[in-house]
Amino acid sequence: MTLDEMKPGSEGHIKRLSVRDKLGQRLVDMGIYPGLRLKVIRNAPLKDPMEVELDGYFVSLRHDEARFVEVETT
Amino acid sequence: MKNQTILIALAGQPNCGKSTVFNALTGASQHVANYPGVTVDKMTGRYKHNGTRVEVVDLPGTYSLTSYSPEERVSRDFILHEKPSLAVNVMDASNLKRCLYLTFQLLEMEIPVVLNLNMMDVVKNCGMDIDVKHLAKRLGIQVVPTIMKSGRGKKNLLDTIGTVASSQKPVQVIRIDYGEMEPFFREIIERLSSETVLAAKYPLRWVAIKLMEGDDEVQRLIRKKHSDADKFVEDIEKARADFEERYDEVPEMHIANRRYQAADDIARSCLKLPTGVKRPLSDKIDSVVCHRFLGPAIMVGVIWLLYYLSIVQGYNITNYTWPFLAKLRSLTEALTPNPGFIQVPLIRSFAVWLVDSVNALLNYIPIFFILFGLIAILEDSGYMPRMAFIMDRLFSRFGLHGQSTLPMVLGGIYVGGCAVPGVMSCKGIPDERSRLATILIIPLLNCLAKVPLYVLLINIYFAAHKAWAMFFISTISMLLVLPISKILTLTVLKDKETAPFVMEMPPYHIPTIRGVLGRAMERVWLFVRKITTIVVAVAVVVFALLQFPGISDPRMAHYNDRKDKATAAFLNKTMGTPYADQLRGDNLMALIIYWNDYKNAKMGTKGNRAMAALNAKFEGRNPVFFKIVKPEKDKVAKKVNRDFKKLFKARKELLREMRKERIDNSFLGRMGKWLEPGTRYAGFNWRVNVALLSAFAAKESSVATLGALYEQEEEGEALEQRMAKGEAGFTPLHALALMLFMVLYPPCLATSIAVKLQAGSVKWMLFSMIYPMVLGLFVAILVFSLGSALDLSGFQAMFAFYGLALALTIFTGFLKNKSEYIKKRR
Repeated sequence: MTLDEMKPGSEGHIKRLSVRDKLGQRLVDMGIYPGLRLKVIRNAPLKDPMEVELDGYFVSLRHDEARFVEVETT
Repeated sequence: MKNQTILIALAGQPNCGKSTVFNALTGASQHVANYPGVTVDKMTGRYKHNGTRVEVVDLPGTYSLTSYSPEERVSRDFILHEKPSLAVNVMDASNLKRCLYLTFQLLEMEIPVVLNLNMMDVVKNCGMDIDVKHLAKRLGIQVVPTIMKSGRGKKNLLDTIGTVASSQKPVQVIRIDYGEMEPFFREIIERLSSETVLAAKYPLRWVAIKLMEGDDEVQRLIRKKHSDADKFVEDIEKARADFEERYDEVPEMHIANRRYQAADDIARSCLKLPTGVKRPLSDKIDSVVCHRFLGPAIMVGVIWLLYYLSIVQGYNITNYTWPFLAKLRSLTEALTPNPGFIQVPLIRSFAVWLVDSVNALLNYIPIFFILFGLIAILEDSGYMPRMAFIMDRLFSRFGLHGQSTLPMVLGGIYVGGCAVPGVMSCKGIPDERSRLATILIIPLLNCLAKVPLYVLLINIYFAAHKAWAMFFISTISMLLVLPISKILTLTVLKDKETAPFVMEMPPYHIPTIRGVLGRAMERVWLFVRKITTIVVAVAVVVFALLQFPGISDPRMAHYNDRKDKATAAFLNKTMGTPYADQLRGDNLMALIIYWNDYKNAKMGTKGNRAMAALNAKFEGRNPVFFKIVKPEKDKVAKKVNRDFKKLFKARKELLREMRKERIDNSFLGRMGKWLEPGTRYAGFNWRVNVALLSAFAAKESSVATLGALYEQEEEGEALEQRMAKGEAGFTPLHALALMLFMVLYPPCLATSIAVKLQAGSVKWMLFSMIYPMVLGLFVAILVFSLGSALDLSGFQAMFAFYGLALALTIFTGFLKNKSEYIKKRR
């Protein structure tokens, strides 16, 4: 499952990032990297972008970017 | 170390309180410049501590030091090429683990680092504890905890900077173990160490890491400096592919992972976490502020409050500040040569014109001060990213960005903004394509200076539908701006660099009064300095264009003749009165000036006592003139007073006629006439053309110029009546075309300069001036010619156009900008 498919409130472990270069680097630099646990906090009022929590840290990203984050939900 | 200047850099991630540290260290001695070639601000400041002068460069806040964003590139280049004595790594202590990610990258560049654990109060408040000594030991560098907001720890930081900068002793800092990648690094370093040019200038381990990360800039560096670059770069590519195949991990991901692991390990050993995890307060606030329904409502409220406090209340304040500016004007009048009966000395009219132009802008200072203060509050509190979060979906559909919200609010999303701060605040948008699109459309929003013309035209031509017309003009600019920006991003801007949206949602903070006032003051000052100089330059040009070539000699003789007649008539009438002798020759002009002075002085005086003092003063200045000015019960004086009033009015009329003729005749007037054959299709006659041309300096000039062009026939007649009279053929349709042209009017000069600064090139500035002009003319011609052909009333045409714009907005909203991200194959 990818991050963009997750509903607010659901949690999971990041498995893999399936994009590299600019977006891939940006995702890891912002703390979205494999092994980490994340939780989807909410979607924006117009559904996009979404906000996720990683390790007490909050990041928002567009669904179009989240689809490259592969997640194992728990 | 005495009497020597050292250079240090401040580095840190966004939202770590770095600007607070910078302000605390350098105080008011700050200076903004640009890094060469990019539109990133370079903040420099200085301070003196224990006799050592220290120059501080505040590097842009970045999460990492890759080559993907201009901010990261300039930070890196600064450290590599300017070789500061040390870097102070400011970090949000409550976010230790994530912040260490950047610290490691700084250390890899082999620059001495002092770690500043800022916001220690937050750490304490959430029940955490950091073992500072242990952290310093693990990292091998000095660590200074501070609460810079209240200045705590500042001295310690200054002392530490001093000792580290002057110490020659090499220190053993932490070195991250990159595991399976270490052999790859070793090989690269070995091969590079024979390259003496490179090895002398760059830290080789850092170069090796960057090469394995696939960093474009470092690869370019190798190509420039390496003796056998092609082969070397090819080998690197092979090594990267080799690593990926062997360990099933992308090299740059492996590197990032290892850094995070090391950070996690250190954070674990130094950090005491609170027992029982509480939901952060910020998240609780966000459940309201970012709520599906409440969020947008709150945002509208915030924007409304922003307008209300700055534009409405700020405007009220200008009532109190305006008298000071008016004094400046009368002072100028007092200092320049007195006017003659019909001849105003050029130097006088020029000086007054200049002061008027500058005053028009200075008058906005209260508005800007409040506006900038409120924006600083929004920025410091952390609300900005929430605004971007709420608006991104809508704006990104039109090629803009969530972070375009603030610039658009400033530019005037409804009615009454200013494009200058709007364009200036585009700086924060990370995505170049969206940033340029935002910069280009902001001048089309309804800035404060466009409003007088709207109000004027609506009052004359849409008097019956005022509310509708006002609503139309307030919202039409949004409906034009969105499709235009979409079209721009699909055409001229389509190849511009984009950046991922991924954005931190930082915790909320309570802004400090000092921080907010300081920032507001700094921005107002920047505005005044940058804009006033430009306005002065332009005012000179426009003055010349309106003044020359002037009135021809025969016409001048005609006016002189009329003047002589008027004065002769007056002197005739007053003949035989005791005042007659006092009114001859130069004395007549002296009386005119006296009369004027008295009238002006009376305007600024309130209360009976002050009035009496004023009267006494003027009586002292010239008792005879005073008698004429204020005849009281004296019959003869009363008659002279009446006759003189007539003369005074005749002079005013003459001056006005001359001014009109001068403008008619002027270069700008000729230009207006020359353009008329073309602009006729848009319904603009030459007078309107002149008003529009003069608006280029500053849009409020449009109404002022119209005021001068439609001469006043009766005292006290408002411009509305005069214009309606003067332009009998002008219909609401004309007015509509004119208003729409004003919406799409090219940026004023001050804005053009801001566009040049923010877009980083003259080319974009010219584009931002030309495309609205073409578009505006097109729209005006469309509305006017089609409206005339279809025999639509102005009101009908207004509705038709609104529908058209709405349809275009919805249509372009559905066009998709293609996602450029490519999914990696396994």
